[in-house]
Amino acid sequence: MIRRSAIVMGCSAGGITALQRVLPGLDRRLPAPVVVCCHTGSANVSLLVELIGQVSSLPVIEARERARVEPGTVHVAPSGYHLLVEEDLHFSLSVDAKVSFARPSIDVLFETAADAWRERVVGVLMTGANGDGAHGLASIRRNGGYAVVQDPDEAEAKAMPLAGLRIAGADVCLPLDAIAITLNELCLP
Amino acid sequence: MDVEDIEIELFVSAMRLRHGYDFSGYAPASLKRRVQQLVRVHGTGGIGGLIQRVLHEDGFVTAAVEGLSVPVSEMFRDPSVFRALRDKVLPVLASYPQVNIWQAGCAHGQEVYSLAILLQEEGLYERTRIYATDFNDAALAVATEGIYPARDARDWSRGYLEAGGRQSFSDYYSARYEFIRLDPGLRRNVTFFNHNLVTDKVFCEAQLILCRNVLIYFDNALQDRTLGLFRDSLVRGGFLCLGSRENIEFSAVAAEFASVDGALRIYRAGSSARPSTP
Repeated sequence: MIRRSAIVMGCSAGGITALQRVLPGLDRRLPAPVVVCCHTGSANVSLLVELIGQVSSLPVIEARERARVEPGTVHVAPSGYHLLVEEDLHFSLSVDAKVSFARPSIDVLFETAADAWRERVVGVLMTGANGDGAHGLASIRRNGGYAVVQDPDEAEAKAMPLAGLRIAGADVCLPLDAIAITLNELCLP
Repeated sequence: MDVEDIEIELFVSAMRLRHGYDFSGYAPASLKRRVQQLVRVHGTGGIGGLIQRVLHEDGFVTAAVEGLSVPVSEMFRDPSVFRALRDKVLPVLASYPQVNIWQAGCAHGQEVYSLAILLQEEGLYERTRIYATDFNDAALAVATEGIYPARDARDWSRGYLEAGGRQSFSDYYSARYEFIRLDPGLRRNVTFFNHNLVTDKVFCEAQLILCRNVLIYFDNALQDRTLGLFRDSLVRGGFLCLGSRENIEFSAVAAEFASVDGALRIYRAGSSARPSTP
């Protein structure tokens, strides 16, 4: 089995609750960076960082332009900017047009993560009321990465996981409470 | 290196060698997305087709530059920044008999008009000259016209008020059909012209430079070059205003700017941040 060395997560409606369920379960020794794109609709991401930082087992910070992608850290995309992972594993931002009505867009994060980490990345698509992220998840799979989709039946909003399954398919489709366990298995030595 | 990355490098070379536009210092991930977008929009079937058109088709370069620069601008984007300009920066500029402002990377010009409104309301506009530059001629043409889709006007009006607007935003435009036309008086002290941050030099001495969300597209070396250009263009104690998520701290010239408002990315030139003496 390939050991995966990076995790990217996308969610929208219901996403904060979902992140609060998944992040506490990640192993504190996780050597992989976790990069999160959540459409919150709010003007400032600091509230989201605070809400998930309170329960996460790993430190949660806002992803910063030019900063290195740090292992064992949860990086959250800032509001109003697309978050991209460069192949030298630094972040970059863009204010290009919205993708699937969203900025930050999960597709943009996932597609650049697929280029940067190839088969080493795990993409996780969870609850949300639109189709953003499905094409990005397909890119991840095309490059040999691993795709996790939240079970649509228990998702607060089904549209996003359903679009993910329809367009990208998944290596595994899981209820929220099983996602962290799987991520630990995929990334821990 | 996969085939697509090689093709992008060839495309970048074609743009540079044939037309003098150098994108080699751009952050690769977003440049790649824009090149892919150009392929889709123009139906060239692939980056190879794009290279052919750039090399052989006169006039296509304008469309290519337009696609690669994807101009994005809003009136009063991040109103708190304009509020801070109004409250903290303009009172200092008011002490100069003549004020020069450089808006670098002005795209479609919305921010230039936002600034003009601010200056007018603070009684500074008459003695201000705004140099609004971009390397994208198509964007500059839109900026010079000052005509925008009416659907944006409501958001802009909210931003205007949050930025401390003293009147009603609708005082500054006339609406017709689906468009609004900004008061042409707002551009009487504005000069729009082509300037490329990658290759061009200093052209003025400014008390304030705004360059928001342009540096995010550049790699470290090009960010350094651009910030150096700004340092050389600013009077001592002059202000620099960047995008709210742009980081100056990784730059070689960071020490030459002092923070006025860290969260809003407003800086002052001169490492000691000595107050200006106009």
